[in-house]
Amino acid sequence: MNKLLALENLVKKYGAITAVDGISFVIDQGICFGLLGPNGAGKTTAIEVIEDIVEPTSGTILYKGQPRSDAFREAIGIMFQQTALLSFLTVKETLQTFQNLYRRTAAIDDLIRLCRLQEFEHHMNDKISGGQRQRLLLAASLVNNPELLFLDEPSTGMDPQARRNLWDIVQSIKANGKTIVLTTHYMEEAQYLCDEIAILDHGKIIAQGTPEELIQTHCRGGTVILPRTSFSVPASQLSRPYREVKDRVEIETDNINACLQQLIALGTDLNGLQVRSPNLETVFLNLTGRQLRA
Amino acid sequence: MNFKRLWIIFKARNREFFRDKAALGWNFLFPFLIVAGFAIIFGDKSYSDFKVGVFPHAPGRIQMTTQGVPDTFFNTRHLEFIGFGTLAEGMQKLNHHKIDFLLKRGDTPHQYWISDTSPKGYIVEKMFLAALQPAHSAPQVAKNAIQGNEIRYIEWLFPGILAMNMMFSALWGVGYIVVRYRKNGVLKRLKATPLTAFEYLSAQLLSRIFVLMFTLVIIWVGCDLIFKFTVAGSYLDLCAAFLIGGLSLTAMGLLVASRGTSEEFTSGLLNFITWPMMFLSEVWFSIEGAPRWVQTVAQTFPLTHMLRAIRKIMNEGASLADVGWELTVLLLMTTACLSLGAKMFSWHK
Repeated sequence: MNKLLALENLVKKYGAITAVDGISFVIDQGICFGLLGPNGAGKTTAIEVIEDIVEPTSGTILYKGQPRSDAFREAIGIMFQQTALLSFLTVKETLQTFQNLYRRTAAIDDLIRLCRLQEFEHHMNDKISGGQRQRLLLAASLVNNPELLFLDEPSTGMDPQARRNLWDIVQSIKANGKTIVLTTHYMEEAQYLCDEIAILDHGKIIAQGTPEELIQTHCRGGTVILPRTSFSVPASQLSRPYREVKDRVEIETDNINACLQQLIALGTDLNGLQVRSPNLETVFLNLTGRQLRA
Repeated sequence: MNFKRLWIIFKARNREFFRDKAALGWNFLFPFLIVAGFAIIFGDKSYSDFKVGVFPHAPGRIQMTTQGVPDTFFNTRHLEFIGFGTLAEGMQKLNHHKIDFLLKRGDTPHQYWISDTSPKGYIVEKMFLAALQPAHSAPQVAKNAIQGNEIRYIEWLFPGILAMNMMFSALWGVGYIVVRYRKNGVLKRLKATPLTAFEYLSAQLLSRIFVLMFTLVIIWVGCDLIFKFTVAGSYLDLCAAFLIGGLSLTAMGLLVASRGTSEEFTSGLLNFITWPMMFLSEVWFSIEGAPRWVQTVAQTFPLTHMLRAIRKIMNEGASLADVGWELTVLLLMTTACLSLGAKMFSWHK
């Protein structure tokens, strides 16, 4: 695969605060690359430095092997986390306005169909719902038919239906061969959309790989879940970590066989047993901890 | 410089202006209301009439000559006579400067009251004493009246109000709006496109100039239908002076908007700029005779030069060459504000 974007030792400081602390990675053409991290980890700063919205303090960014030039703006599309739109324009006029700022353009009607804006294309852009607005912002980021698309927490604040809907649209965009850089703190979103993930914390990359690689590397085994009433002896007699959640006991284990053998040996009733495989959320919590972030 | 991008932002900003019906209505209505208000209040009268209280008399304005008030005094121009029942009522008004002179009806010797600290009272006293002089003792003087068309107060005031409206529209319509767009992220979104700061600022400048001139023409035509203004100079020259003045004010707005995300701070800054300009640029009154430093400060305001040029063209029939100095100052101010504004401009801080 061709390398589309390469970052080396990227640093961004705001006074004494280091928001991005020496990150390096390569993004191949045609993939969806996810930047994950808790609130305040430096995801938005990192993506805005890559987008050329914010100047880096140091480090290099190469697009197709070259430093970014004026042509970079023509080649990328950006959906910011929080942004307003020019007032008193309809949805369609908003897209046309943005489209006319580029040399290379996509057909507006196709975008309206792709992002499912048909029903409200003639409504004013401030008179639409939150989910419709996010889809409009996504469409606005596609008006120049970009090679590289940046999506900064695209589904924040959406209800589950709207989020699924947005994911489907992103999947279609990906299927058209676009490269996507996505930041999110929804693990399900990252698992569903991303081919490769970098987990960012305190401005540094603490893990990187495909979702499967991350799960295999950072979580083995799984979680064995049993009703509290299944235990004939107190769960505290287990020689492994466990959590009591409501009427259940959740046992984290990296060896399910050994765990089950111990439960049988303790005379536990296994009829209500469930086994949960680790997912990206488990990786995320294992790596970034369970403490609340600002 | 890409003209297509400039045109698109110009169009989007104009759409915003014309579709915001409430703001649009206010932009046209505000100057019209002020001009209409002044016309109704002052009519053909001077705005500096003197008020004379007379007692004892039935309360209210006295229209006809009344016994006990010398006719020569009553018929003096620019005096308005108001009746009061008692001395106490009259004194109360005199103390609060609601009237300038209080006269007791009756035969000689006439009794009157004035406030020693009131300049208007002093003038009315002189008028009263002069009115009592016998006709044959008139001083040896020769009167020369202005020949031809006099400049009506409304014709002096009207360009001032239009220019003031332009100042508010230019500074708030650019300064405030750009800061709001920076705060809510619109500018950041535009930065993500190939649009350059120069293209964006030029589009804002041109759009505002278009709006200012459009509004000017509508208000001018509307007011002219009612007040029938006399323009001594050429309409084309007048338009050019308004255009150059508008450019300098808009450029000033762009300088104010070049940085910052606080609407409150910008609002304060705009008030700080507009209020002294409104009072010292001779919109409402002349600052002839004001302290030297006040006149020097007024010279730094674009509105001062703009109004001087416009009034010279409208009231005195000056040509563009006659107001060359004022227009040069305005163009220099435009260049300075635009260069500084573009240099300082930030999309998102």
